[in-house]
Amino acid sequence: MLLFNSKKGKKEQGKLTIPEGLWIKCISCNEIIYKKELERNLDVCPKCNYHFRISAQRRAGIIFDEGSFKRLFEDIFPEDILSFSDTKKYKDRLKEDSEKTGLVESVISGEGLIDNIRVACSIFDFNFMGGSMGRVAGEKVAKTFEYATMERMPVIIFASSGGARMQEGIFSLMQMAETVAMISEYKKISLPYISVLSDPTMGGVSASFASLGDIIIAEPKALIGFAGPRVIEKTIHQNLPEGFQRSEFLLEHGMIDMIVERKDIKNTLRDLLSILINE
Amino acid sequence: MAFQYLDFEKPIIELEQRIEELKTFNLSNVANVGDEIKNLELKRNRLVKDIFEKINNWEITQLSRHPLRPYTMDYIELITDDFIELHGDRGFMDDKSIIGGFCFLKDGETGKRQKVLIIGHQKGRNTKDKMCRNFGMPHPEGYRKAQRLFKLADRYKIPIVSLVDTPGAYPGIGAEERGQAEAIATTIDVLLNVSVPVVSIIIGEGGSGGALALAAGNRVLMMEYSTYSVISPEGCASILYKDTSKTEEAANSLKITARDLFGLKVIDEIISEPLGGAHKNKAEAASNLKNSIIGNLEDLARKDGESLRTDRINKFRNF
Repeated sequence: MLLFNSKKGKKEQGKLTIPEGLWIKCISCNEIIYKKELERNLDVCPKCNYHFRISAQRRAGIIFDEGSFKRLFEDIFPEDILSFSDTKKYKDRLKEDSEKTGLVESVISGEGLIDNIRVACSIFDFNFMGGSMGRVAGEKVAKTFEYATMERMPVIIFASSGGARMQEGIFSLMQMAETVAMISEYKKISLPYISVLSDPTMGGVSASFASLGDIIIAEPKALIGFAGPRVIEKTIHQNLPEGFQRSEFLLEHGMIDMIVERKDIKNTLRDLLSILINE
Repeated sequence: MAFQYLDFEKPIIELEQRIEELKTFNLSNVANVGDEIKNLELKRNRLVKDIFEKINNWEITQLSRHPLRPYTMDYIELITDDFIELHGDRGFMDDKSIIGGFCFLKDGETGKRQKVLIIGHQKGRNTKDKMCRNFGMPHPEGYRKAQRLFKLADRYKIPIVSLVDTPGAYPGIGAEERGQAEAIATTIDVLLNVSVPVVSIIIGEGGSGGALALAAGNRVLMMEYSTYSVISPEGCASILYKDTSKTEEAANSLKITARDLFGLKVIDEIISEPLGGAHKNKAEAASNLKNSIIGNLEDLARKDGESLRTDRINKFRNF
């Protein structure tokens, strides 16, 4: 009995009993879910309401009017500017994640319609190097704001990122300033910037553009913060309280405007945009 | 006092101790002892030069955190007059890991007194002081105090000098509860948007977002043996290399020294330090720092407020 109650036991048990591809285990409540059902439910666990990390492409599909999303700034590619190598070469990591996700970077940018309202957006994809922000990701976010300033349209950024990308060193850090700089230019025109935070939004991403939305929305139970929970635990030598750095915790502490479930996000965005855009 | 030195400084310190001993012993000025002292001093200078010519990134990292290295308050004492410290974020507390206030820069040559807002991370020297300064790791209130002072300087058209010296923003429960990420993001925003000259200098450790929040200047300079990085070499080694013994390697890969970053055109200038590092001669280090600040402020004084702001925005837009 003890064996099955231990975390490790559960995991292994899960692995053994799940037939490949048909079922998936919720990382939040450990419930086994039928994959088709999960997909129908917008990748939200029907048992505990955990919002699974979804690809940028899928998120665009959920948000925008059918067929209206057009990608922009697809002609910029990441470079290994520091010739960085840890246990693997950075170049190889980029290639691997590119093959895995079909993306060239952790962000896709573009424009689309939300109930016929034209919107510029950038969407982070956690599956590509943990959604980390290097030069190209920062550049795409910056370009989104520039484009929106020029075209006079609102901006929505969907963040899902571990933070700045270490493999690009100081250049990743500089993306924090770059994105903030472009937001302050954009804010000269009175159009809304809505920041939507999903699991996880940490480090250099939360400490730059993601925290500067006129309106900040989070998906339920997303991990959001500056320092990672393990770093904090190691620093203060204490266990962290239940629910620490989760969306509900941030709402309670006044850091975000609202928590919105994935099924409601499109309507919420439409409602906010309708109020904030002056024709 | 116990001698505080780094491993690679050890041979230098040993020579210095011998010189000191001989000097104490030779109070009556015996000629051949005097010669011996001179010889040892020459030898020491050669040794220091040798060691510092071959200094690697990890050694520079250690120097940037040297326990005797001058901190913000030391520089304020050495390069300014009439410093008036201002406290508090008007919301929650006074964060003592960031200090700031108005003062005049000393200028020996022309006698002209330049008003500035000087603000910087502050570390502590002894255990009690270190705790009080939280090891130079600010909470959100430190950044909010900085924003308040930036806005004051902007209103009064007083140039801003920011000194950066932090391992990073503090990773703690209270810091997260009170919005560390938001505090850093908005501080960058406020600093980028002021219409006065901003000169930022990394004087010791430039640790990640917690450093950048005070480093969004028109000019970004680094003291010769300071570092500026997205993550500490230790953090990088443990996360990416999954091996804490790879710290030296990480320090090299990350390109964090003044020389590296000047080469990559990330910073505008390297401020040279005295032989052996800033702690070997604080007055000389401070004088170099002051001259560089004055030079940069003079350049920037030619620009009007709006172009200072756009220059800053464009500078950071182009990374």
